[in-house]
Parts: sequence; structure tokens; C-alpha cells
Amino acid sequence: MGKNVLIIEDEPNIIEAISFILSRDGWDVATHSNGHDAVDVVRSKQPDLLILDVMLPGKSGYDILTELRAEQGTADLPVLMLTARGQNKDRELATRLGASRFMTKPFSNAEVLEALRELVSN
Amino acid sequence: MPQGQLTGTRIRERRIMQGLRQAELAQKAGISASYLNLIEHNRRRIGGKLLLSLAEVLNVEPSLLSEGAEAAMIATLGEARAADPDAAPVEETPEAFAGRYPGWAELLTRRHRRVLELERTVEVLNDRLTHDPYLAAALHEVLSTVTAIRSTAGILADTPELEPEWRDRFYRNLNEDAARLADGAQGLVAYLDQGGEAEGGVTSPQEELEAFLNDSRYHIAALERATDAGAAIETLLERASVLQTASGRGFARAHLQRYAQDARDMPLADVLACVHEMGVDPAAVARNFSVSLPRAMQRLADLPSGPINGEGGQELPAIGLVSCDASGTLIFRKPVDGFSLPRFGAACPKWPLFQALSRPMVPLHHLVQQDQRGEASFDAYAVAEPTNTPDFDTPPLFQAHMLIVARTPGQGGGVAAAQVKTAAPVVPVGISCRICPVQDCAPRREPSILSDGF
Repeated sequence: MGKNVLIIEDEPNIIEAISFILSRDGWDVATHSNGHDAVDVVRSKQPDLLILDVMLPGKSGYDILTELRAEQGTADLPVLMLTARGQNKDRELATRLGASRFMTKPFSNAEVLEALRELVSN
Repeated sequence: MPQGQLTGTRIRERRIMQGLRQAELAQKAGISASYLNLIEHNRRRIGGKLLLSLAEVLNVEPSLLSEGAEAAMIATLGEARAADPDAAPVEETPEAFAGRYPGWAELLTRRHRRVLELERTVEVLNDRLTHDPYLAAALHEVLSTVTAIRSTAGILADTPELEPEWRDRFYRNLNEDAARLADGAQGLVAYLDQGGEAEGGVTSPQEELEAFLNDSRYHIAALERATDAGAAIETLLERASVLQTASGRGFARAHLQRYAQDARDMPLADVLACVHEMGVDPAAVARNFSVSLPRAMQRLADLPSGPINGEGGQELPAIGLVSCDASGTLIFRKPVDGFSLPRFGAACPKWPLFQALSRPMVPLHHLVQQDQRGEASFDAYAVAEPTNTPDFDTPPLFQAHMLIVARTPGQGGGVAAAQVKTAAPVVPVGISCRICPVQDCAPRREPSILSDGF
């Protein structure tokens, strides 16, 4: 596939595991682990797909998503949101802010791969 | 159906329940049997004196037979039915049901009220679960770790020829995460266990601080003559097992630093001498040591209980202190026997503390009493002052403080609070509306759970 995915997540072992399975699946994986400059990183790396955790140090995933959607270059970027809370209102908020897909921790590797494949085929 | 008709049915019901014949009841109530018969079949309205004497003979509360209670009950029955739209339809109106089966109707009414009460409790607890920052953080930590474990374990299980370097690395990660998960889960269980205790465990940083101060009864002897206050504070914090979270320790550190500063500026012996001479008077302390009223009040609340000037000296009265921010939220509580402070939720709006908030910088002194039987009264000194330094274009941040000094009239040898200059009336105040029995209270914001609801 050779597509680029950027993972923004602050938990190092999750980053490592997801990076591993995605690169085995043929993705070019880049990672970033704080919220402060996440938007800048997305801008400079221009990934084909973004995996974005909600709870990040510095800036929440929701705020990052809002900023990305407001920018022309990233308005249509497929974004998979990860959260540790499966509550309806979190899901609603993510959808309203423009998340392409929403996934609740703990997820399985297969679920992540499937979600990513779906997002790029759309 | 007019309400009056039902009273008759109710009387008939009660009479039969007690095995009385119509003639017997009529005779005891001083009316003819035929008249009672008309009343019982709701053909004559009844009220006033006759209702009272019938109630007396039947040994029930007149209100149980009268219309007011009935109306309240019927309204509640209607509510109960509306609350459960899925229940099988009932033909009888609530009025007819209440008239026919007053006992059952009363039971249903009480059960329905109880359900409402419990629903409210659940709501409050649920709110707490959603908004409790510690719980949210702990759950997030656990779920993140579980996610890492699941993902890592999945790789180890599903990747057929995993390179040894990767395998070792993932094993190491798995081991790390498992340890972290165990810690997180244990912490969570300990936290929930505490919260579940009847007494209520320590659940917020502020409560940690209160538990910590309570252990030393709010007097920190180690800081009274400390040459190196910084080191003394750290020793105190290390030894305090009740301080479990970083924010709890942060709160405690700030309080102890304030304490050390006050102990330097207002030495214990000098404050006690001032109290000995002037009584427990925050204004006198403030004048004497050239400090603000809030600092003087806080210092008075730091004093050790017991005799003021050595053995056999005068006893210091019990002193409590409560502070709130501009939202009225209590941010500091030193309890005192006889004047209760609410553990959760907002306090009684009649406290001088809150009046001080609406009259910033004006010191207020009132004699207050929570116990309506007049057992214990307290001198309440309150003042609201800004906590930030004045600056143009920056609004002042007000905090209010109220010193609560026990008054024990007739107890010889006690040091009085500074006397109220005129014979001020005692202001009755409460704790918190939900648990306050005072009726006809204008500032009341919600009904009390102590009144029976009728």
C-alpha cells in the first residue's frame, strides 16, 4: 500500500504495538506523543491517515481535531479517534467535530487494521 | 369527583378495619347512626369539629381523613402512575383507589417518594463518578494499559515468525504493562473501597488535607518554633500517610507554608497573651500583629485547645473556621462541636460567611445558633477580602472567612469571645437545606428530607 499514517498517542507501549502491526501491514508509520504541537506535526508530515488519541498532554484530541478540520489542507483527512471512554456523549462529540471513525480502548489489533483499511478505501 | 366525598369512604374504611359498628362509632362521636351512614356514603360533607372527634375515636391523624392529605396523596399516586407508562392500565382513578384502599394507597405513595429520593441519590453519585477527576484519571490509566497489553499480546500470539529482538521487546513491554495494570487496579480498588465506607473515605485532595489537619487537631506544634520551616514541612508531609495523592500533598504543603509564616509573624505565646487579655477577638489579633483579618482568624484557628496560660489556666473556647470562594464553595473547613459544616454540597445561605461575601471588606459579627433548642451558641466573625494584590484591569478575587467561637455561658473560667457590644439577637442558622428542619425559611433552596413531605 505504501500509505502514510501518523499516530498521535502518549502511551509509549501502545505506540510501539500499533506501529509494529501497521508497518507489518504495509503502512509507513510516523508517531508523535504530545498535544502541544500535534497540529504542526500533521501539517508538516501530511499523512494519508491520522490516528488520534483523545487524552493527550498539552492539548486534547478534540481540540486538535477541531483545528485540523478548520484548515483547508486537513479538512478531509481521515481521522480515527481513540478514547478510553465509550460514553455516548464522547462519541457524539467526536462525530460532531468531524472524526471519520471512533474507537474505544481497549481495541484489538484486527479492529484497528480493519478500521484503517475501511478509511482509506472510502 | 369532589374531594369531600372521599373523606366519608375513608372513615368507613377505618371503622371497618377496627371492627367498629356504625352505631358504636356514631355514639362515641356524639351523632346519630343514620347521620354517620350518610357521611360514610359521602352523601354529607364533613369537616371541622366532627372530623376531629371522629378521627379521635378512630385514633388516626385528622389529616389522614381530611382533604389536604388526600389531595397530596392523590397527586403522588398520579405521579407514580405517570412515572411508569409501561405498567398495565388501571381502570380506577387515583381518587377511587385512595378512597377504597387508603392503607395501600399510603404505602404506594411512600414507596414512590422513596423511589424519587433514591433516583436523586443515584444521580448525585453518577455525577460524582463522571466528574471525579481522580477516578477519571485512574480509569483512563487502567484502560490505556489494558490497550497496550491487548495489542502487544495480540502481536505475540498472531505473528508467526517474529524476530527475536521484537519478541524480547514485546515481552518486556508486556511485563512492564502488567505491573502497571496491577498497580492501577489496586489503587482503584483501594479508592473505591474507601468511597464505599459508611463514614466516607478520603476522596478529594481537600478532604485529604482535612483528614491530615484533623489528625493534629489543626495545631501543628512542629511549626510553632521551627528554625527551618521548609525542612519541618517536608518531614510532616512524608510522615502523613493520609496524604495519598500529589494534589493532596500540594494542598497540605500550601497550608503548612501559610501556617509557618503565620507562626513567625504571630508567635504562639504572644497570640495566647492577646487572647488572654482581649478574648478570642480576630480584630484585636489583627491590630496587635498588623495583619489582615483573615490571617488573624486563621491564626486563632491554629491555636492548641486547652488552657491558655499553663496548667489550671483559662480554657480556650472551641474555635472553628470555614472559608469559601466567590462561588460560595467551601474551600476550608475546621469543624467545631455544635456547629456542623456540610460535608458535601452548599451550606446554609444564612451563615454570616455568605453575607460577608455580599459585603466585601466589611467585618461582620453575629451571634449564631444551629441547634434550635438553644443549647449552643457561637460568635461568628466573618469578612471577605480579596486574595490577589490590587491591580488595574484585574478584578479582585474574593474569599470569605468565618471564625466560629463557642460560647459557653455559665461555664466559669472560660475565656469569652469578644463581647458583642449591644445585646444582639441570636441568629438561627442551619447546616444545609437538605438536612435542615427549619420551616418557613425564605432563603431555603430545596426541601428538607427531614420534613415528612406532606
